[in-house]
Amino acid sequence: MSFDDDAYGALTDHDDDARWAYGTGFADPLAGVPTAVPGDLDRACLAAYCLMLGDDALVMSHRLQQWVTRAPELEDELAIANIGLDLLGQARLLLGRAGEVEGAGRDEDALAYLRDAGEFRNVRLAERGDADFAHLVARLLVFSCWRLPLLDRLTASRDPVLAAIGAKGVKEVTYHREYAAQWVVRLGDGTDDSHRRMRAAIDAVWPAVGELFETHQVEARLAAAGVAVDPALLRPEFDEAMSQVLAAATLSKPMDATEAGPSGRDGAHGPELGEILAEMQELARAMPGGVW
Amino acid sequence: MSDLAAPSAGERVFAETIAKDQRVEPRDWMPDGYRKTMIRQIAQHAHSEIIGMQPEGAWITRAPTLRRKAILLAKVQDEAGHGLYLYSAAETLGADRGDLTRRLIEGRQKYSSIFNYPTPTFADVGVIGWLVDGAAICNQVPLCRSSFGPYARAMIRICKEESFHQRQGYELLMTMMRGTPEQRAMVQEATNRWWWPSLMMFGPPDADSPNSAQSMAWKIKRHSNDELRQRFVDMSVPQAEALGVTLPDPELRWNAERGQHDFGEIDWVEFKKVIAGGGPLNEQRIAHRRRADEEGAWVREAAAAHAAKQAAAAHAAKQAAANQAAANTAAARPAAAERAAGRAEGRA
Amino acid sequence: MSEEIRHEWPLFEVFVRAKRGLNHVHVGSLRAADHEMALHHARDLYTRRNEGVSIWVVRSDDVVSSGPADKDAFFAPSGDKVYRHPTYYAIPDSVPHI
Repeated sequence: MSFDDDAYGALTDHDDDARWAYGTGFADPLAGVPTAVPGDLDRACLAAYCLMLGDDALVMSHRLQQWVTRAPELEDELAIANIGLDLLGQARLLLGRAGEVEGAGRDEDALAYLRDAGEFRNVRLAERGDADFAHLVARLLVFSCWRLPLLDRLTASRDPVLAAIGAKGVKEVTYHREYAAQWVVRLGDGTDDSHRRMRAAIDAVWPAVGELFETHQVEARLAAAGVAVDPALLRPEFDEAMSQVLAAATLSKPMDATEAGPSGRDGAHGPELGEILAEMQELARAMPGGVW
Repeated sequence: MSDLAAPSAGERVFAETIAKDQRVEPRDWMPDGYRKTMIRQIAQHAHSEIIGMQPEGAWITRAPTLRRKAILLAKVQDEAGHGLYLYSAAETLGADRGDLTRRLIEGRQKYSSIFNYPTPTFADVGVIGWLVDGAAICNQVPLCRSSFGPYARAMIRICKEESFHQRQGYELLMTMMRGTPEQRAMVQEATNRWWWPSLMMFGPPDADSPNSAQSMAWKIKRHSNDELRQRFVDMSVPQAEALGVTLPDPELRWNAERGQHDFGEIDWVEFKKVIAGGGPLNEQRIAHRRRADEEGAWVREAAAAHAAKQAAAAHAAKQAAANQAAANTAAARPAAAERAAGRAEGRA
Repeated sequence: MSEEIRHEWPLFEVFVRAKRGLNHVHVGSLRAADHEMALHHARDLYTRRNEGVSIWVVRSDDVVSSGPADKDAFFAPSGDKVYRHPTYYAIPDSVPHI
């Protein structure tokens, strides 16, 4: 019996690389993108904006990660992990940019693991838990229908890094939106039971919609400077996409009824974020100085 | 039931295919025993991949850096994918994935018992990549030449992806060994817990392995348990040295005469206990899989119902279009007949 | 003997063209409720490490295949037409570009 020292040398007696749809290595999405911050911009403001978009993705990704090994079918394990990975990737780029712009020596991990809940700037939609699969796809649909036009407009940002992140993200979130939309339609127009659950899920998520389109002062300042996207402008596109999907799903759109209270954009969060961060940050905080 | 007189054409082709080290494909004739063994082996391999998502999956949300989180999420995703490639290979033999899942949940089919051990620390993630995936690779590389085509092809794909799995685990351990004393201790402690179970992954000693002979004859299995286990030990010893950890076997030593490492006796009592369902987390692993399957039932039903509605609507639309076309043709005919009659009259 | 649980979703065969210029190649199968889902799943399952250029999904029921018994009639005639293969022709190495 002979093995090569490299077990994979023993593998193929035919050059199979063309058969399998995978390649080697991945392109760095920020390769060649200039990193200088446009001189006229308030760096603290820009860092805060990057944290907003980054925290949205990071927290949303965490919720998706919690579905791993619990998806309704094995093929959905891959889809959910794929979406989680995409959003995690966006979070890393955005948090990285925030740290770079802030200039205080904090990298993506320092920002993810060492901030407390009150310093997180995600919208409250991202941190909500999912009672069942209908809730997950409802939340993912709303999130994606909002984030897609946002990233699309971000491609025109005067900050070159944000523009690049937008360009990469558009391709990803297009797919996320399609996945969520197809499921909302299947469940809405499936069995009586699934219709009921999908109805309940849409009703449960709707109060979190209003916050998505409220313009924060950071967004207002940076939008005026051609760097950020004013979320209020995204509402018509969001409504159009949601209407189409809900109609196909045989679901009526709920009445707008934004839940009251201070915004997640200002660090005001429910107990859900505390639970998320406790899970996410526990090991990193327990072993400061650890290298991983 | 085979004809004892002369072998059929199918039997001859099968024997020749095996003898020439070629691949048996799904529509070829194959002995019943071969088909059944293949389904069971592939299914149990698939179940192992799916159950194997759980021990490491538990660490995704708690990974201590975003890079490690992404790597682990991708690895666990791959494992779901591997399970799917394998279920797909089993289905080419006429098995049904829903049925196979039912057998797993009811304990009628097994999965690799290595996944019944807990993962209490993040170092376990690294050690699983290094040792458990390492052992799996040792098992799986020869299976790339297994006689059943779809299984061999699935194994090639899996092996190529698995190289990433082992390397990420080993790299994590290398990084931790350059870290704090607490981290180094964590790596050594995890190694102590996973070494012997990894050796058990290769199954019982050859002498106690009753099914092996037939599997070897059919070239489903290409090397014996003991051969593969020895190979794994020989590969892992220098890797442990490079890492700076000690393998928990006082009898482990290089034997210059054999050109291989001698190692201590495995605790076969524990092995049998875990195989029989008495491992630390057997029940939890299955319960978790059962819950996911049950909670997903309404979703799967809804998707099937929706697809049926769509198909019915498409069929109805097609029918309506066909009826309309027929009606148009029928309406056109009387007018054409009149014109023809008119011309005939004109000529008369 | 407990009843067999049949999966609710049909089986689809997946073909992927990995790069421009190549053929679609059969890579395996998966379960999906409908064609759109099958395409999505195929993309997730079989093109994770690369941008596969094109994916086909076909319901397994719709695949018609030749049987192994047909092999001789179907395939043997091409086996002896060796003149289709470039190596059949002995051309001196000194002749360039051929």
